Amino acid sequence: MSAKEQPVRIAQITCGAEYSGIQNEITSAAETVGAKMFYPDVALKDVKRAYKDFGLPVKSPDLKLAIARAQAIVEGRIEADGIFIASCFRCAEAAIVRNELRRYILENSKIPVVSYSFNERTGASTLLTRLEALSTIAKRRALMAREVQVGTTMGVDSGSSTTKCIIMQDNKIIGTGWRPTTDVLNSADEVIALALEESGLKISDIEATGSTGYGRFLVGKHIKADLIQEELTVNSKGAVYLANAQKGFATVIDIGGMDNKAISVNDGMPGSFTMGGICAGASGRFLEMTAKRLGVDITKLGALSMESDGGENVPMNSYCIVFGTQSLVNALAAGFKPADVAAAACHSVAQQVYEQQLQEVDIKEPVIMVGGSSLIQGLVRAMGRMLKTEIVVPPYSQYIGAVGGALISSGFVDKKVKEA
Amino acid sequence: MAKVFIYPATSLILSDLVARYGHEPLGSALSIREHVQTPGFDSPPIQMTSEDPQKGLKWAAVEVPSGIRGRMALYGPLVEEAEAAIIIDEPDLAFGCMGCARTNELLVFMLREKDIPRLELRYPATKEEGVTFVAKIKQFLKDLEVKE
Repeated sequence: MSAKEQPVRIAQITCGAEYSGIQNEITSAAETVGAKMFYPDVALKDVKRAYKDFGLPVKSPDLKLAIARAQAIVEGRIEADGIFIASCFRCAEAAIVRNELRRYILENSKIPVVSYSFNERTGASTLLTRLEALSTIAKRRALMAREVQVGTTMGVDSGSSTTKCIIMQDNKIIGTGWRPTTDVLNSADEVIALALEESGLKISDIEATGSTGYGRFLVGKHIKADLIQEELTVNSKGAVYLANAQKGFATVIDIGGMDNKAISVNDGMPGSFTMGGICAGASGRFLEMTAKRLGVDITKLGALSMESDGGENVPMNSYCIVFGTQSLVNALAAGFKPADVAAAACHSVAQQVYEQQLQEVDIKEPVIMVGGSSLIQGLVRAMGRMLKTEIVVPPYSQYIGAVGGALISSGFVDKKVKEA
Repeated sequence: MAKVFIYPATSLILSDLVARYGHEPLGSALSIREHVQTPGFDSPPIQMTSEDPQKGLKWAAVEVPSGIRGRMALYGPLVEEAEAAIIIDEPDLAFGCMGCARTNELLVFMLREKDIPRLELRYPATKEEGVTFVAKIKQFLKDLEVKE
């Protein structure tokens, strides 16, 4: 953050954060991304009025205070660039308030919101991507509004399972690179080399670069990226660009190797989003485990699962990757076919993402699935059945973060041209 | 002199009444002050750390939300110390705000379980009820003195 740049002000609407001992984690995660958390100040009479107006008869005074704080922001009495709503994991009363406040804010204001349920082990690193996304949406609206890629740019997505690179020139993809993530920097160098080779360009031809994913800071520094940005905003931008859905509403679902993202997008800008599930049983990692147990390559799991009707009759619904794998072994021992088990694993992941995450974003069509897991047809089919809609899987969907990085970083080409 | 747990534990009026009649009020101010004044902590605004919900496990199980366990780490020791208790049912927010309804249910239950003198009162709605309210608290505190 430059000296002149004002920190993004994020209103903290929480219940229990101080008593769970994680307040410092929230504050430090915000500081890392150049944001500042603040508690919206409300008077006692505001609390009484807001709680009555809102109409939700909650018992906890801290939740009544949360309602009053949200109302003060929505009514414009307090200014905020973003809102962070959070409460204790397992608290039903707070979960109701959290969900209703998120909906109320989204319907009545344009302020980006992220909601989260924490426990005492929630650390700054867990909160970082969420607060970074909030801060990015608030701070970089102009950059995020970019709809066309210009010049020659490169995006590198250093994910937890795979590293991807995309080179774009004049709004076209001309080079791709993909490798499993081993050593973060070596994997990045390898995918860049692959993409350069395919495009027939040299690194010196690249006018701007962007990095995203878990290794974004390390890789970004290594390649001197113009843009280092979290994957929530980058992926949603890349998804609506590739799916040709830059205007109006869309929902982006990215089931990743380590966690999942469900993002509600409007005119290319992420509105609300959720990230992460309770367990890896709801992530791409579970599908990797399934493929390994079935003795097929992960790239063949999708085709295998399509040989089955959907696998809904196979008992497999666990919130835990260990118990999920146990269900898988039991199903095979009970005589179910590998195709049914593969489909059941896809169904289980889709069901858990639906139950844990999609309830927290407004599902609006088109629903776009991206990331490597979008190539597993059984998973796309299961999600489509769950949401009762046709899922869009755009071309290059597995490169989504890299495409978003190349697209958004082209904003720096204009800037460099002007400066020159 | 008796140690009197006050509920709501944030009520300054109750705290003042208890102290005025020569007893020691046990409320949030005590335990939060201890946290705030302990050097070395760096977790504003009340300096609780993620270890506090672990301490709270003594009074609430692991499946109980972390915010409740953290609060119990503050209130639990006070309840154990308490020799008497004053409980105000359904108090106004301004009388003493206790953030979490579930913690409050547990606290009141623990106080009722404990074999100590206890005064339970409904929060007054009128001026007359207010006068009776204070008089009952005064009598309860005076009786505590006599028993000693």
